[in-house]
Amino acid sequence: MQQGMVRIEAGGYTPLFRDEGGPPFIAVDAFLLDQYPVTNGEFARFVASEQRWAPQNIKPVFADSNYLAQWREVAPQGLEGIENQPVTNVSWFAARAYCDWRGKRLPNVDEWEYVAMASEEAPTVGDDPDFQARVLQWYSTPAITRLPDVQDTWRNYWGVHGLHGVVWELVNDFNTALVSGESRADSELENSLFCGAGAAAAVDPSDYAAFMRYAFRSSYGARSSISSMGFRCASDVPGAKGVNP
Amino acid sequence: MGSVSVRECRFTKKRLFCSAVISAALVAFSAFADAELPVIEAVLTAAPQVPPPIDRDHPAKVVVSLDTTEQVGRLADGVEYVFWTFGGTVPGSFIRVREGDLVEFHLNNRPDSKMPHNIDLHAVTGPGGGATSSFTAPGHTTQFSFTALNPGLYVYHCATAPVGMHIANGMYGLILVEPEEGYPPVDREYYVMQSEFYTKGKFGEEGLRPFDMDEALSENPDYVVFNGSVGALQGDNSIHAEVGETVRLYVGNGGPNLVSSFHVIGEIFDTVYVEGGDLVNHNVQSTLVPAGGSAIVDFKVEVPGKLHLVDHSIFRAFNKGALGTINVSGDANTVVYSGQQYEGIYLPEGQAEQLVGDAHDAPASPTATSKEERILFGSRVYERNCLACHQSQGQGLPGAFPPLAGADYLLNDPKHAIAVLLEGLSGEIEVNGVTYNGVMPAVRLTDEQVANVLTYVLNSWGNDGGVIEVADVAAYRESR
Repeated sequence: MQQGMVRIEAGGYTPLFRDEGGPPFIAVDAFLLDQYPVTNGEFARFVASEQRWAPQNIKPVFADSNYLAQWREVAPQGLEGIENQPVTNVSWFAARAYCDWRGKRLPNVDEWEYVAMASEEAPTVGDDPDFQARVLQWYSTPAITRLPDVQDTWRNYWGVHGLHGVVWELVNDFNTALVSGESRADSELENSLFCGAGAAAAVDPSDYAAFMRYAFRSSYGARSSISSMGFRCASDVPGAKGVNP
Repeated sequence: MGSVSVRECRFTKKRLFCSAVISAALVAFSAFADAELPVIEAVLTAAPQVPPPIDRDHPAKVVVSLDTTEQVGRLADGVEYVFWTFGGTVPGSFIRVREGDLVEFHLNNRPDSKMPHNIDLHAVTGPGGGATSSFTAPGHTTQFSFTALNPGLYVYHCATAPVGMHIANGMYGLILVEPEEGYPPVDREYYVMQSEFYTKGKFGEEGLRPFDMDEALSENPDYVVFNGSVGALQGDNSIHAEVGETVRLYVGNGGPNLVSSFHVIGEIFDTVYVEGGDLVNHNVQSTLVPAGGSAIVDFKVEVPGKLHLVDHSIFRAFNKGALGTINVSGDANTVVYSGQQYEGIYLPEGQAEQLVGDAHDAPASPTATSKEERILFGSRVYERNCLACHQSQGQGLPGAFPPLAGADYLLNDPKHAIAVLLEGLSGEIEVNGVTYNGVMPAVRLTDEQVANVLTYVLNSWGNDGGVIEVADVAAYRESR
């Protein structure tokens, strides 16, 4: 196992949205996940090695103009003070490139949502309204300009830090939840996330936190760089495929 | 010329004729071909202000640029809330365009937003009311255009999942599409929008209060307010008009759940554009404003004073904050409203002991067996039925209620008092040289009670004695 990663045992979760007749429960194979979100310091080492991902070199097709904006706005003289904070304003292209460079990959939605169900004590929090309320409250407050160092963030059952309450996190298949921006009229696609119709296809219409994650994922594109969005990497466990309980 | 014809046509509903005139007018304004509409930056205002009426007689391309923000603000004194807004205020900026305008809409989501947002304008004809085309991640901007086909007053709101929470946090406002001929001019226009808030903690509980999903699901808000907070239209924030002016309120209801029974205490709406559309009603006391709907109300203020805006689902006004004030200044008009002309004590019929059915069938009250008992029982009847007016020492109230102590009117003919008790008395009487002109209602008492209370009166406060017997009362009843 790579340093800084934890093993997530096989399991599964009930997705917020699913096709009619689709599986009520999605199985997830065992995999490895970074313990912490990727930091500015780590991303800077990547950029130093792979110059084409540096802010001054990146092709506009791979990232919008907010790309790594905090490097020039918050810490123009180097990364002092933000080195151990989660890196934000990264595009999906750049995040993928980073994970690839580290010999890893981005987690997919199912993997991320499965791990996100864990509280401090249990791998699946179930219907604990306190936990949902805590997560919802973070989602409901404006983004903070000064993020915490990754070591200072909340740790869940798997030993994964800062999954909720720090930054949104990119996933590999972020754009599969919605196809278009609005779909009250479109019943064929699994994309009815707007207005009242958004609840029609949801398994648990009261899981507002999950609604927000799905909505957020569908709001950006692969070039988008957002000040409250970062990422972490995952990798496969050799031989773990298809051994779900 | 063109605009006059258009106005006539709208009022007479000659739509075909109307179109012909418009076509002719557009030919005259050939410079305004679709591709070359004059470009105008929309004036946006925060409640209670409204952008000025549109004086154009031709369509234009109107550019609207609206920011979505997430910010901490005041919900009530000592109570804060994380508001999500259009334009930095709750309700969001008022947008005013003209029927036929091409609206180029820019939605800008501030970089420090946590949430993606979009906008569904009910004035838009098209999928999602614009929501399909305006889904905007934090730090990004989107653009779409629509033609304002239908005139009226429309709600706009955020339609991002979970939509109820985006609305509950403050993401709504109004867009007015003026009819081509405009609305009749008024002296003052104001923007009032009702909505409710669901917080952890009760009404008025201090501190930064998070959204309470359980309350929202059960549609049981702690706050129902006008213009985004308790007191946003009261005190120094009250709106104002002068006597004789006409006032128009653009009323919206952001919900997310409750329907408003919008009412202005002390005014009658001369004109209501029902639900913000073409249907006009007159002389309306309260008008329903649906969640996600609107109404335009016009009224002329005739007299000075405070007019209170309420949701007449009245506990919301009294206990949850749905109150606003219009201060009307100017000279009084006592013909329209006199002010208080008299204040006195009210003597409703039946204030005295009520008996069900005929008095003779009433359960027996204790029967006096001596003059002393008659006086004792009579004092109790007096306390319950007479004391409030004639007072504890029988002295009466000067100018209102005659005395019983030493009263010539009573003592000269005690048996006449039986008639007064049983029949009541009204009109002028003279007591000890003073004229009284009031009303005493008949008191519903048994014969025993009448005998007791009159005997009590005749033997109290220096009066010179005497007894009224039950037989005297019965004899009077017989004689009627």
